[in-house]
Amino acid sequence: MKNKILLFGIILFLSFCFVILFKSLNNSNVYVPKTVSEKTLVNFNSKDFFSEVEISSNEIFFGKEFYILNIWSSWCLPCREEHPQLLQLSKNSSVKLIGLNYKDNPKNAKKFIDTLGNPYSIIIIDEKGTISIELGAYGVPETYIINKDKKIIKKFAGPLNDKSVKEINLILK
Amino acid sequence: MKLQKIFLIIFFIFNFTQIHSVENNNELTHKISKNIRCLICQGQSVYDSQSDFALSMKLVIEKKLNEGLKEKEIYEYLIDQYGQWITYDPEFNQKTLILWALPILLFIIGGAIIFRKLIVLK
Repeated sequence: MKNKILLFGIILFLSFCFVILFKSLNNSNVYVPKTVSEKTLVNFNSKDFFSEVEISSNEIFFGKEFYILNIWSSWCLPCREEHPQLLQLSKNSSVKLIGLNYKDNPKNAKKFIDTLGNPYSIIIIDEKGTISIELGAYGVPETYIINKDKKIIKKFAGPLNDKSVKEINLILK
Repeated sequence: MKLQKIFLIIFFIFNFTQIHSVENNNELTHKISKNIRCLICQGQSVYDSQSDFALSMKLVIEKKLNEGLKEKEIYEYLIDQYGQWITYDPEFNQKTLILWALPILLFIIGGAIIFRKLIVLK
């Protein structure tokens, strides 16, 4: 009797493990950050990329219905990949496209913009990467959709593609 | 002359307290960054890592300390930004209930089994 209970217990335990492991087979083991948040944007000060004049976030996020904040760098290869998508988004006049230049060499960054085109209404500098951290970023590139109440309504980690541009356009409508 | 000496002493005292506070902040930055996970590295804390993410994170922790935030407030701020995953020491709540309760449960069950075996042996 005792042996039977023990056997039953072992079988039960093994089937429990099997179900859990089998269910986890299809789960991705890559940690994906939350992409939808209703976090309010932190206030920060930065420098304008071209004039190097100090500018506050209140001055940048002012007067538009939506803002797209894109974290980019000249040394980041996926940033080159998503540049056509950003140029496409910049044609939409209802949105202000803001570039946050992350830990970059100013010369290289200017060359990058000169070669590929400037989709941004304004570019600000994040020399030490602290603004990106305060925004909740993991790396470059990352794109944030921010509404007029300065709430981050959507976040894209990694380069933008045609699918994400469609999604952004749906939000902006 | 005496007055000058007194001023000099006061000046040094204030400077030393400033140095002390800077050292305290450095220690706290180290302590906090050891408890914060580098989210883009594998198995490294922010303190151990030299990645861009970790270096910037250390600066943000230092900045928050200088702004007068307490250690707990910094953890709360980072959890709010990056989620519970960022700390090595998850807080006790509904989602982490199993995580915290399971070792205690296993300990009690294991203890009970050993205790029973001992009684049987006696």
